[in-house]
Amino acid sequence: MIWGVLQFPGSCDERDALHACSLLGEARLVWHEDRDLGGAEAIVVPGGFSYGDYLRAGAIARFSPAMEAVAELAAAGGPVLGICNGFQVLCEAGLLPGALLLNESLRFVCRQLELIGDDERLSIPVKHGEGRYWAPEEVLDELEARGQVVYRYAPGQNPNGSARDIAGVRNEAGNVVGLMPHPEHAVDPLTGSTDGLKVFEALAGARA
Amino acid sequence: MTVGTPKHRELGLTDSEFELIVEQLGREPNDVELAMFSLLWSEHCAYKHSRKLLRRLPTEGERVLMGPGENAGAVDVGNGYAVAFKVESHNHPSAVEPFQGAATGVGGILRDVFAIGARPIAILDSLRFGELDSVRSRHLLDGAVRGIGHYGNSIGVATVGGEIYFEEPYEHNCLVNAMCLGLAKTSEMVRAAAAGVGNAVVLMGAATGRDGIGGASVLASAELGEGDEAKRPTVQIGDPFEESKLLECCLELLEKGLLVSLQDLGAAGLTSSAGEMASAGGVGIDLDVAKVPLREADMEPFEIMVSESQERMLAVVEPARVAAVLAVCEKWQTGAAEIGAVTDGGQIRILRGTDVVGEMPVAALVDGCPLYDLEPAEPEGWIYGNRTTLASGIAAEDELLALLAAPSIASKRWAFEQYDSVVGSRTVRRPEAADAAVLRLPEAGNAIAVSIDGNGRRVACDPYAGTVEAVLECAQNLACVGAEPLGLTNCLNFGNPEKPAPAWQLDRAVSGLADACTALGVPVVGGNVSLYNEGPEGPIYPTPVVAMVGELPDPARVAGSAFATAGDAIALFGPFSPTLAGSELAKQRGELGAGLPAPEVEQVAAACAALRDAVRAGALASAHDVSDGGLACALAESAIGGGLGARVDLAPLRERGCSPAEALFGEGAGGFLLSGDRAGLERLGAVVIGEVGGTTIEIAAGDRSLTVGLASAASAWRSLGSRLA
Repeated sequence: MIWGVLQFPGSCDERDALHACSLLGEARLVWHEDRDLGGAEAIVVPGGFSYGDYLRAGAIARFSPAMEAVAELAAAGGPVLGICNGFQVLCEAGLLPGALLLNESLRFVCRQLELIGDDERLSIPVKHGEGRYWAPEEVLDELEARGQVVYRYAPGQNPNGSARDIAGVRNEAGNVVGLMPHPEHAVDPLTGSTDGLKVFEALAGARA
Repeated sequence: MTVGTPKHRELGLTDSEFELIVEQLGREPNDVELAMFSLLWSEHCAYKHSRKLLRRLPTEGERVLMGPGENAGAVDVGNGYAVAFKVESHNHPSAVEPFQGAATGVGGILRDVFAIGARPIAILDSLRFGELDSVRSRHLLDGAVRGIGHYGNSIGVATVGGEIYFEEPYEHNCLVNAMCLGLAKTSEMVRAAAAGVGNAVVLMGAATGRDGIGGASVLASAELGEGDEAKRPTVQIGDPFEESKLLECCLELLEKGLLVSLQDLGAAGLTSSAGEMASAGGVGIDLDVAKVPLREADMEPFEIMVSESQERMLAVVEPARVAAVLAVCEKWQTGAAEIGAVTDGGQIRILRGTDVVGEMPVAALVDGCPLYDLEPAEPEGWIYGNRTTLASGIAAEDELLALLAAPSIASKRWAFEQYDSVVGSRTVRRPEAADAAVLRLPEAGNAIAVSIDGNGRRVACDPYAGTVEAVLECAQNLACVGAEPLGLTNCLNFGNPEKPAPAWQLDRAVSGLADACTALGVPVVGGNVSLYNEGPEGPIYPTPVVAMVGELPDPARVAGSAFATAGDAIALFGPFSPTLAGSELAKQRGELGAGLPAPEVEQVAAACAALRDAVRAGALASAHDVSDGGLACALAESAIGGGLGARVDLAPLRERGCSPAEALFGEGAGGFLLSGDRAGLERLGAVVIGEVGGTTIEIAAGDRSLTVGLASAASAWRSLGSRLA
């Protein structure tokens, strides 16, 4: 599979995401002004502070030409993974439900923690200041009923006050996934864990 | 016109310095020239009270690629790669406005590193505040930590380590020292010397505004005191997004070979970067202030020349490549303007359109400032206060818990969790996991370790011995992760050098730094000096912050500082003969005084080398150096980190002549606490003192023997966050 990793001015984790994708297939960067994804079959919208994020996080990036192409890819069933700022961008773009608010502590938090995915626990770091997942109660109920909550923080490890310990969600079709933790920073035992690869692998198999 | 103070004095110049300027110009300077001279002749830019002392430092080494005088020092890490690093202070701005002061401290040190063509890969911070029970200190701490996080997190450079101490003498004048490390291909590193008469001078990055005017002279080169609120306009405002674009833009320009040289704009803005580039290249420069993109249209030429607006870089570019440079800047949405040219004749000329508004010899502006000899005098006894917060004669258990909860010793998780420590995928050992941060370098096929240290209280007790100890502590921290030192940088934070006691502290500390580096064979590749750190109560503790970078072949073999396995033997290693002089316990008992035992530098160096080999051979399960709070605190830290208890007997220290209290809580250089296989430890020559396991920390130390539950030790050590919430 050919992976594309978006690069906005202010992106921080795009090289790390590129490295993670390159462990699974071919991987290349996609410049934010490019309307053409250059043949990428799966897209990662990486972490960072796109366009500085001085407005609401992700609120500007969603208007970039590359994001128009990503929306088309998503509509066609192509896999799209939003990590941290990328999750915020996908929510702003309406590709995923809900929103990410300031952490309950009102502080940035960087910490290795455990996520619960499909019957497995993953050790993956979080690092964000605006990661508190929020959606109206009825939307949260729907998401849970339809199995769209793909990752939760392990009990007692919710770092930001997210509703129902939600760390990551997917769209109804299942091909667009967003999460606050950083799987691209968990692909090597030397730097902490390899559990993040499972997040990429799960998405690669999720073509709608 | 001459009513009140003469203008040069308001700008921080002495009468004799002003006369020297008149002599060198052959006339009185105009306002533009006076403003420029006042900044470049400030302590902050000219190092006029420290430069002579700094000549004592050893700067040569076979791995040194760039030494003092460049934007950052750089050492060879092999395979065609170099690691660049530097530490700089942003003390006074942070004391006036901690969030922006600390944020722009980080922004400034990042620019120093990417100015030589290195991609920043890590940030460390060394912070000092007054005691935690002071509202002002908590405010400064909170603002500085938020500011560091804001800038470092947003720009995507991992903050991997640092230290924070809380001491009364920093109450008014906190210290914020920021360090950056960068990685470069050795062949692509660039120097800051302007070259090539006729080449264009291009200003890149943010527009120039009225922020930070006079920061170097008014703020950084004078004591803090009444009226500091009015100095807020001299503090700059940081914009990490602007710097992120500028960083990527500069690295792309250098990779494409489009620049002749590059320099960041820091203290004294355009004045210092243009002046220093011209001086280093032995050329002149013409700058047209009318071509400088401005935030406010009506800025005066002197304001444009001295503005410290952040996120700006100055480049020298061959005329044929200017268009290509501007195109890359356009891609990164970073501002760029050709504002001048390299000239011959050695003059720096400031133009506004066709009018010459200032003209002076580069040699006078950059190198003409007189250098002063200090007039040091050793003060009699202890010149700082003593405050008793812990009664003597209490149970040893309570002493241990009080020390673990001491803000300077307690876990700094509250702070470092606010920093992104993983971005870049290089961080092999995150904060508190080992004694030094470890970053892997897949490009070079190895890893580096870095440690930053400087216990001002101990330097106050004995400036020479305390500074030697700071260097040794760095070396010990590197040894714990198996790293061999490559180079050292430093930031000398001291009081007013025109007063005899701070002058004496500075003089002795620089000698200690020089002697320790010489003995260890570690070259000093750069540094920064921050003087005039005083408040109404007097000078800060003299605080040389030293940072050492080392290399290790295999990051998979790094030892952590936490105990790993129940049943492992615990051993003491190194020439460690602790005393209570200058210790945290002495501080809490209100028993601080002048004097420290002389560190045994040669023996410590030998111990570091032996330990390094053992770690590299994978012979140890954990390695932790003994520092603040002594062996008992080191033991507790290793136990808490591993979630495992320990039982030890300190008889070997008693045999070295230590009292029970000294064995438990005494401090001094040269001690390591190791764990692992008993036979391996004994082969190293370490003295086995006990065993890992259980849920308590049990220490036999004569009539001060103690037993503390692991849970209560952990709760004391982790109490900082709850006290700041």
